[in-house]
Amino acid sequence: MELLRYILRRMLLSAFVVVGVTFLVFVVAQVVPSDPAALYAGPRPTAEQIEKARQELNLDAPLQARFATFATAMASGDFGISYKSRRLIAEDLRAYLPATLELAVFSTGLALLIGIPLGVVAAAHQGRWADRLGSFGSIAAVAMPTFFLAMILQLVFAQWLGILPLSGRLSREIAISAPLQMITGFNLIDAILAGRFDVFGDALAHLILPALTLASYPAGVAMRLTRSAMIEILERRHIVAARALGLSEPRILFGHALPNAMGPALTVIGLSFAYALTGAVLVEIIFAWPGLGRYVSEAILAKDFPVIAAVTMVVTICYVVMNLLIDIAQALVDPRVALS
Amino acid sequence: MPLLEIKNLSVSIPTPDGDVHAVRAVSLDIERGEIHGVIGESGCGKTMTGMAALGLVPKGARIQADRFHFDGEDLRENAVRLRGRRIGLISQDPAAALNPVLSIASQMDDVIRAHRDMPRRARRAEAAGLLAATGLPDPERVLRSYPHQLSGGMQQRVVIAQALATGADFLIADEPTTALDVSVGAQVLALLRKLVAERGLTVLMITHDMDVIAEACDRATVLYAGRSIETGPVDDVLQRPGHPYTRALLAALPDAAPHAARLSAIEGSIPAPRSTIAGCAFAPRCPQAMPVCAAEPPPERGNDGRRWLCHLPEGTR
Repeated sequence: MELLRYILRRMLLSAFVVVGVTFLVFVVAQVVPSDPAALYAGPRPTAEQIEKARQELNLDAPLQARFATFATAMASGDFGISYKSRRLIAEDLRAYLPATLELAVFSTGLALLIGIPLGVVAAAHQGRWADRLGSFGSIAAVAMPTFFLAMILQLVFAQWLGILPLSGRLSREIAISAPLQMITGFNLIDAILAGRFDVFGDALAHLILPALTLASYPAGVAMRLTRSAMIEILERRHIVAARALGLSEPRILFGHALPNAMGPALTVIGLSFAYALTGAVLVEIIFAWPGLGRYVSEAILAKDFPVIAAVTMVVTICYVVMNLLIDIAQALVDPRVALS
Repeated sequence: MPLLEIKNLSVSIPTPDGDVHAVRAVSLDIERGEIHGVIGESGCGKTMTGMAALGLVPKGARIQADRFHFDGEDLRENAVRLRGRRIGLISQDPAAALNPVLSIASQMDDVIRAHRDMPRRARRAEAAGLLAATGLPDPERVLRSYPHQLSGGMQQRVVIAQALATGADFLIADEPTTALDVSVGAQVLALLRKLVAERGLTVLMITHDMDVIAEACDRATVLYAGRSIETGPVDDVLQRPGHPYTRALLAALPDAAPHAARLSAIEGSIPAPRSTIAGCAFAPRCPQAMPVCAAEPPPERGNDGRRWLCHLPEGTR
């Protein structure tokens, strides 16, 4: 009951955030010093062409009317057409969004799988060599520039060892000769649904290097946060009590202390997922990953505002949904959260 | 042979400002089946004595003793193995001793699984049975609860049930009633007495409360500044205290002077834990102190099972 009320409250808050961002995106579009009609009209337009574009885009309508049109379009998932390519943005998103989400989810999962256990081990060995080594590693992981790490990984695993592909989302042979039917847009899931395990392996191999690159920063942060939370928790009375009850040390660390530290760790998931969504731009370019990052960076250079607005909205919604899920997970891990 | 045998135990913790002498010279004999109270002010070393027996002293702490044995086994080597198997702990604050994010069922199950090889269903039944044995009325509902959904008294009963689940026959109860209401505390003490009688347990009861000693204990040892200064059967210690400190403690009780306008208090304060003490630690506060008290360690008075350390000759007290 408390949990249900808590979830409803969170959902209401999330809706407010989405409405707020819609408003912001619209306002920014108004103040950016560029004329959408001139862009829409194509290269070297005449005054007549610009005027025609202005009418087509309904730019002369009053501000509040245009916001209403914009908001309803966003709400219905109609993101309009790109000024530049004249393609339907919704269709572009259907191709690019799953690629980015796949990368973001996979790299966030990787970051947590690496960061949280290392944080637990470091806390358990506080001040000893394992802790020092872990701290050094986490600082290096956080401080390493993305492009540099990406190049090193490409050099080692693609160039020298030759065990992982350099870039792209699927091998050319597969993409051309036996393309995967798009169901969800997530290659890993589609491959399993189609029973194509060769494609699954290929997609996974392509995913590893960009995901590792993207996971480096959040893994370092997750490790630091888990470590400090665990050190604080390991001092608590109930841990002393668990030792006095004769529980094994691994059981105490992972079964009793870690669930208490999951609050901060879950918060990191939310932050690192947002980082993966937006920070993916550079990684997508380096690894030729056909995702939102590449799509939006081209749109920004072209001042293709509908595309920028659409991507901003989609990323916002992904982020808000992710945080909602984390809030719920937090309430499930710690029953006291729903009470506060 | 006593179940727990401690002779001249000292625990010191090195710090950058010098060693902290948490326990200086504690001697204790606890017989099977008794509830042995250890009483003293904060900082007298009573909790640290219990923690030493559990092998839960802070990192780097030095434990020294002439004898420090549980059922014939040296605790300096075997405390970690014995704790949770034969020696259990009942913590001071039950709310803090239970894990806030795990249900009671999973916390009970963890303990039972660590000590006994039982199928899941049997463990659940065992957990419910142990909770019922501590007087909890609806064990199934308690098992489904989280600690914050239980009252302090219920939490303390869960903590006791956990200690029973380990199969330990010796429990160290560290101020088990301090965090509870007086009436609930009395119930918990009655429960401990009942469990001792029914299950043949032995309890080391750490407390700062003379009422707890009077209500629940068979024998008592008084600690002052890390030293055991008096020990004996509870009636003797309470009615014929040997050491001036014990007498002062008893005089400071509210019901010792029901009609007095002011409660009596012990003047002065306990010696600093880092200081070295040449003579009797209580000498600076003792109303009967003599020059010899500050200079030389006090001799042992009394006889078997009824001893105290004081320069005052027997009979002059």
